[in-house]
Amino acid sequence: MAAWDVLRNAWFLLIGVLLAGYSLLDGFDLGVGALLPFLAKTEDEKRWLIAAVGPVWDGNEVWLLAGGGALFAAFPLAYATVFSGFYLALMLVLFALILRAVSLEFRAHDTARRGLWEAAFVGGSVVPALVFGVALGNVVVGVPIDAAGEFAGSFFTLLRPLPLVFGLLGLCAFLTHGAAYAAVKTSGELRERARRTARTMAVAFGAAFVLSVVMVWIYLPAALGKIVAWIFAAVVCLALVLFLAALKKGRDGRTFALSSAAFLGLWGIVGAIQYPNLVRASDPALSLTVRTASSSALTLKVMLLIALVGMPLVIGYTIYAYRVFKGKADAGGAGY
Amino acid sequence: MDAVFLARLQFGLTAGFHFLFPPTTLGLSLLIVIVESRYLRTKNEVYKSLSAYLVKILGTVFVMGVATGIVLEFAFGNNWAAYSRTVGDIFGAPLAAEAVFSFFLESVFLGILVFGRNKVSAKSYRLSAVLVFLGAHLSALWIIIANSWMQTPAGFRMEGGRAVLDSVWKAAFNPSTVVRFFHTILGGWTTGALVAMAIAAWLMLKGQAAEKAAVLMRTSLVVFAASAILQLGSGHAHSIQVTRTQPEKMAAFEALWKTMDGAPFTVFGIPDEKNERTLLAVRVPRMLSMLVHFTPNGKVLGLDEFPRNERPPVLLPFAGYHLMILIGVLFIVMGLAGLWLRAKKTLERSRGYLKLVLWTVPLAYLANETGWIAAEVGRQPWAVYKVLRTSEAVSAVVPAGNILFSLVLFAALYALIGTAGLGIILRTIRGGPGDEEAGVRKGEF
Repeated sequence: MAAWDVLRNAWFLLIGVLLAGYSLLDGFDLGVGALLPFLAKTEDEKRWLIAAVGPVWDGNEVWLLAGGGALFAAFPLAYATVFSGFYLALMLVLFALILRAVSLEFRAHDTARRGLWEAAFVGGSVVPALVFGVALGNVVVGVPIDAAGEFAGSFFTLLRPLPLVFGLLGLCAFLTHGAAYAAVKTSGELRERARRTARTMAVAFGAAFVLSVVMVWIYLPAALGKIVAWIFAAVVCLALVLFLAALKKGRDGRTFALSSAAFLGLWGIVGAIQYPNLVRASDPALSLTVRTASSSALTLKVMLLIALVGMPLVIGYTIYAYRVFKGKADAGGAGY
Repeated sequence: MDAVFLARLQFGLTAGFHFLFPPTTLGLSLLIVIVESRYLRTKNEVYKSLSAYLVKILGTVFVMGVATGIVLEFAFGNNWAAYSRTVGDIFGAPLAAEAVFSFFLESVFLGILVFGRNKVSAKSYRLSAVLVFLGAHLSALWIIIANSWMQTPAGFRMEGGRAVLDSVWKAAFNPSTVVRFFHTILGGWTTGALVAMAIAAWLMLKGQAAEKAAVLMRTSLVVFAASAILQLGSGHAHSIQVTRTQPEKMAAFEALWKTMDGAPFTVFGIPDEKNERTLLAVRVPRMLSMLVHFTPNGKVLGLDEFPRNERPPVLLPFAGYHLMILIGVLFIVMGLAGLWLRAKKTLERSRGYLKLVLWTVPLAYLANETGWIAAEVGRQPWAVYKVLRTSEAVSAVVPAGNILFSLVLFAALYALIGTAGLGIILRTIRGGPGDEEAGVRKGEF
């Protein structure tokens, strides 16, 4: 029994790692996508930004598939409840991700409908960046769940104040991260614009963060007693302050690292508040926890083996690919 | 319309549309590895430019596969929550493993193939091609492990209404995994190779890029013919496996209403399920028994052996199975004819053959789809054979209206990206293999 619990906790952590990895990597290309019309003024600048994410966005998005697959395998009951319960919201995300996946390739080659595919890229980036936070806010603040473990709310249950503010916070974090990445990969006027945007977004990030803490205080006061959450909150604040300082000095690499750190801090807070719940129920006795929602010990063990063999390889060749495309992106937009 | 039907329709639409792309990727990635390896050995620019040409096409095919594949990763939770709860202990793991071992590999190294020709050495580039090939095939392996477990579940026990994993090995390599894996990848190789042959044929008919077209035709023809011939063996082995492990499915494939010693093979017919007979049947006596038992009097179980509520529908599996076999046989003939024309050195001038190649491309896709339809409809009424009924596998909390709404949107979205994607692929093909510095796609915005 004890070994099973260790495995369950390991998977709680690992799914957090996969989702955090997703937000760090796909986070910047979602941010660049959402900011495209604000950062780029000319077709050349658009191509430049697109070239900065073109070779890597697809690999980044796989982190979401890995996280989703791992949730299915490790905690099938949570996967089933959330994905069927949040049906319409997640369909919205799926439509956005479908359009986004084809948008860059199609924008480059289907010139007659370039505007449509560009809108698909921008919209397909904004929608997930917003909805992920709303969905996470819901499982954190708690949703109505019946005795069978089924979601007992409606679409409008999802649109409560705390989840909406979490959505806003997530969006700000993605935009900050995307702007920081754009500054790393470009130069000149475009880079300056990215840096100005990054500053605005980081300030908005801070404001949304304070608002989120207020929301937690109102709707989930018990969470204020978690010391670890406060430590991660301090990490977020510190990272944001250092982010602004590094931005001022023009240290693009460091600003990107700091927006990553702020993102990790957010995940730390969520993990600390949430453990051992995966989906908090309005009636705490019905919450789906690492214990009540997990797969068997054997499945968790096999999955752990898969992760321990597979993820170091993934991280290794992902680093290789980023090194191949390191430095400023090709301003000519070679590739598409 | 009830939720079960709509959920099935939605899964059928999303998986069926998705299944246009991965088989193409399997075949094209194999050809790219072959062409890149030739380039590495000979340093002949013809290979380099052909590889760039195929990579461009693969790039478009791949993003469409990604776009339509995301839906499937989450579909089990969205529409099939009861399924996910009941068998998640076993079914989730291969999906997660597919992401970890395949999707990352494919995505990261396809990025290098499409964007990195001038950023990595020729050897690293070829290695990237090999890794994309490997990723695509591993992906097929994982998803077929998952799907085969639904067909012939093994390595588990039932505990409190949930399937619990007992043996990883038995669950992964259940009785149908290996044969279905080979059957599927051979279908992919045939498809990708036929697409490449058709491109070469089109260039030949137009009199464009003669040398490159000849090289492309040679390479893809060999892969096509070999895959089509090997498919005969894998298809046969698969049919024997189905007869042994899912006899009612084979009975549906063959519209065999009653158990028979010395069962015939039905070449053509229209199954009339209500009256349990086959109209306009053309049968070869004893051939089914010969094929699956290697003896003319072997006993083949008919649908009458099974309770009515455990029988699959007959019409779709029968039609799908026979159409697939018919196309398979045509491809073997086409492959052999191509090799014969090549030996005579008249292939480039055989306009009739080249046109045949061009016009039969949709048949490769039809064969993949009909084979898949036969396999999945033939599994009904079970989501997991003899473990969980499809009707008990759906999400209890998702109203039919929501499924219909998303179904309509998926259909519209797929129509849009399907036509746009096909347009782009055709335009890329019409552009021909370039003479420019291969791998750099400039001036195409």
